[in-house]
Amino acid sequence: MTILNNSDEITKGGDDLIDHHEDFRIFGLIIFLIADGMTFAGFFAAYLTYKAVNPLPEGSVYELELAIPTLNTILLLISSATFHKAGKALLNQKNDISQKWLLITASLGITFLGCQLFEYFNLPFGLTDNLFASTFYALTGFHGLHVTLGTLMILIISWQTRIKGGIITYKNMFPLEAVELYWHFVDGIWVILFIILYLY
Amino acid sequence: MLNKSYYLILIISIIIGISFWIGFNVNLLPEEASINAPIYDELFKILFIIGLILFIGMTALVIYSLFKFRKKEGEFGDGIALEGNLSLEIIWTVIPSIIVLFVGIYSYNIYDRMGGMNELNHNHGTMNSNSEKIWAGISQANNSNSGLGETAIEVSAMQFAFLFNYPQGEFISGELHVPVDQKISIKMESKDVIHAFWIPEFRIKQDIIPGQPTILNFTPTKTGKYPIICAELCGPYHGGMRASIIVEEKSDYERWFNQNNKTNL
Amino acid sequence: MTILIDNKAEVKESLQPKGFLRYFSFSLDHKVIGIQYLVCGFLFYLVGGTLASAIRIELISPLSDFLPRDVYNQVLTLHGTIMIFLWIVPVVNGAFGNYLIPFYVGARDMAFPRLNAVAFWLIPPSGLMLIASYFIEGAAQSGWTAYPPLSITTPQSGQIIWILSVLLLGGSSIFGGINFIVTILKLRRPGLKLMNLPMYCWAMLGTSILVVLSTPVLAGTLILLSFDIVAHTGFFNPALGGNVVVYQHLFWFYSHPAVYIMVLPAFGLVSEILPIHCRKPLFGYTTMVFSIMGIVVLGLVVWAHHMFTSGTPPWMRLFFTIATAFIAVPTGIKFFNWVATMWGGKISLNSAMLFSCGFIINFVFGGITGVALAQVPFDIHVHDTYFVVAHFHYIVYGGSVFVIFSSIYHWYPKVVGKLLNENLGYLHFALTFIGFNLCFAPQHWLGLNGMPRRVAEYDPQFQFINQISSFGALFMAVSTIPFLINIFISIKKGEIAGNNPWNGLTPEWLTTSPPPVENWEGEAPLVNEPYGYGKDYLS
Repeated sequence: MTILNNSDEITKGGDDLIDHHEDFRIFGLIIFLIADGMTFAGFFAAYLTYKAVNPLPEGSVYELELAIPTLNTILLLISSATFHKAGKALLNQKNDISQKWLLITASLGITFLGCQLFEYFNLPFGLTDNLFASTFYALTGFHGLHVTLGTLMILIISWQTRIKGGIITYKNMFPLEAVELYWHFVDGIWVILFIILYLY
Repeated sequence: MLNKSYYLILIISIIIGISFWIGFNVNLLPEEASINAPIYDELFKILFIIGLILFIGMTALVIYSLFKFRKKEGEFGDGIALEGNLSLEIIWTVIPSIIVLFVGIYSYNIYDRMGGMNELNHNHGTMNSNSEKIWAGISQANNSNSGLGETAIEVSAMQFAFLFNYPQGEFISGELHVPVDQKISIKMESKDVIHAFWIPEFRIKQDIIPGQPTILNFTPTKTGKYPIICAELCGPYHGGMRASIIVEEKSDYERWFNQNNKTNL
Repeated sequence: MTILIDNKAEVKESLQPKGFLRYFSFSLDHKVIGIQYLVCGFLFYLVGGTLASAIRIELISPLSDFLPRDVYNQVLTLHGTIMIFLWIVPVVNGAFGNYLIPFYVGARDMAFPRLNAVAFWLIPPSGLMLIASYFIEGAAQSGWTAYPPLSITTPQSGQIIWILSVLLLGGSSIFGGINFIVTILKLRRPGLKLMNLPMYCWAMLGTSILVVLSTPVLAGTLILLSFDIVAHTGFFNPALGGNVVVYQHLFWFYSHPAVYIMVLPAFGLVSEILPIHCRKPLFGYTTMVFSIMGIVVLGLVVWAHHMFTSGTPPWMRLFFTIATAFIAVPTGIKFFNWVATMWGGKISLNSAMLFSCGFIINFVFGGITGVALAQVPFDIHVHDTYFVVAHFHYIVYGGSVFVIFSSIYHWYPKVVGKLLNENLGYLHFALTFIGFNLCFAPQHWLGLNGMPRRVAEYDPQFQFINQISSFGALFMAVSTIPFLINIFISIKKGEIAGNNPWNGLTPEWLTTSPPPVENWEGEAPLVNEPYGYGKDYLS
């Protein structure tokens, strides 16, 4: 995380009538991510309850291979690190390097989504086959939606670091920080999901 | 000062007296027709009295304050700058906690006496043939299997009717006939949406949940006809989803049972 | 870190258009947004009230003769959903929160004005969509709880629109909650300590925490439910191996805290109104703060008491009994503190004060039946009956709605600059209080004696009591008339209020009525003692 605290950067405007305050958008985003996390918590709770009380009916198929998800976990963990690099580079005013790291992060995200789709197409069960199949698709799908959104946002900010001499610079880090926080959150959720869905 | 506390004690005792009088003399509940009912009514009475004391007390305090501390015509200025009183605040934290704890323990005791804390999934009587998991309900104690015979009935609910299956006689009835003073054990399952099985005179209720069998045990104590009501919104005709339970003397019940019995044929 | 500056052009823009029309614009001014919430909520209240009247008319006779059966179920579903999600939640949180919180923390606006406006503008379309669903293929008809499998098997379009609408309203609620938490924690003017904030800030902080933690779970649940309806998955469909009780757990994980989301802000508002009209400091500020936080924590772990007769094993029934009963303790503390606030004061018995006292009496009653309902053996008999209907109307109508009216009488002079007519206020209170108690008190007896809720037809022995109840509902409907007359006449003809008609000490009274766009000419005042009545320096 690269939240800066350049309090000296706070400029007081001349006009008293306009509200100036520090930027609390990151704090707001954290609260939003807690809320988003609660949605996942609800899904996890439902899945764990099903697992505890609803036995898999005879004859239904619910088997998961570990290879692709493990690869995906590694991909996402690496992408968190590359995003961190992007933030560091931007802080050092190296916009071109920052953009490179962002593009690497985005491509890791796209690879993740590709692997996820590959897994979907090769699973022996479909969405409505049984309760666990449905829960599996709902959980991974909802997470995949988050990754898709995150990847799109990374592509947008990586473009913005370079246009017109850079909309996003070390002076305006918020878009990058916000997306980075979100990306780490999505990673964290994946790790929990991986443990609960695949390992447990 | 002494006078004041006398008045306080007098008023509190009057409130408590009135509450007890109302609690013992005003009956808000329907007929008691099962073993559960008097136990339930005992709890109701206690909760009713405690509730009345609190409600009358609080209302009296509010109304008294409104009269006593009313600003007089042309009067200005503020009341006393009293921002709190630790001992008073501790008192009204501790006393409600004690009341709540008492009520909680007492209602646990009541629920236990109603059979609510019994294990749901032990083998009971005639039902152990079906080893399906029981998800909820009020079961019977393990040791109560001996002695009186048990009447086991399977209830299936659907939009918008109850059907009562008597496995011992292999017949299905639209009315629930049971013998008086005998333990009745019903196992319930729904064919479509969630319903509920409620007999107000017996003070029992249990949802009938599709895919999750539930049970209820009760012992009727009075002969007569009582309503069985669906208490969970189940569709347009929910209000009309009713059936009757007919509690009869054992001889009458046996006559009815033998008339319908299919196993004898 | 960069600075969030709402640059001048934007602030200017937010002032356009001027006058009445700004209430129809995407205004960023928290005061405008607050009024938008209130008026919008009140319009939906009138719709919900009309639906309630339809229910009471149907129940005058024991037969299902006024409305077609499926329409009756749509009416009760819409009534519940509108009253909860479009009237009480937006008004006690959005309306008063937006209007008051920036004053209380000494800010010129909420932390995120644009998010604030978005949160409001989600409400009218989703509300209209919900009502419109009735005219398409019929609205949802599975109750506001939308229990599957009923919600899966009833006509789909209404149910899907219901889900969509509740999701949007949940989103609005979450955005509002984020805004309140950030504003209260971060936007306080320098020198203002948390423990010197007016009590409503604490109530809104607690409420917003509940909103942020529980609303997303409802959203997730409803997404799963919509999968069941549209894609024929089996999460909650037992025919496909699903588990209906899981839905109930997830649903009540939101919907029990929802009760506190409706009632905690009301507690906060009463804590503002009582000290001013009793001319006394709020009694026991610290215990009030702790009891709010106690309610927040306990409120999150009591949901299964709505499921005592559902698929819950004995140990679960016992745990949730005890947890629920203990909520009575912090709630009780608040009520004792309010009575102690009145004790020894110099009370002006005006309409605001009358509604607040009505609230205390009604809520004590609803709270007592609530403790009784928390006891498993008690609940088993009365669950899903008119006893429960009566109980929660005592909480949400006798509680929250009484406080909403009290707050309108209290803050109308600040918003409009004119006083409301007191005589019409007394008439409004008398009609509401008598009508409300006449309508709902007899319903306790109905529930105890065998009348289930959500029915269009019932045992004829209950007809007389139902008629009394419907008669009370008529009073409640009529009570709206003097209120509306009062509101509209006072805008033009009301007595000029002045900046501080009640001699209040909380910050909103220290500015002009109505307040300027920037809330204060010059700097925001530092109010360290919002309840310092009776202190020497005031005389």
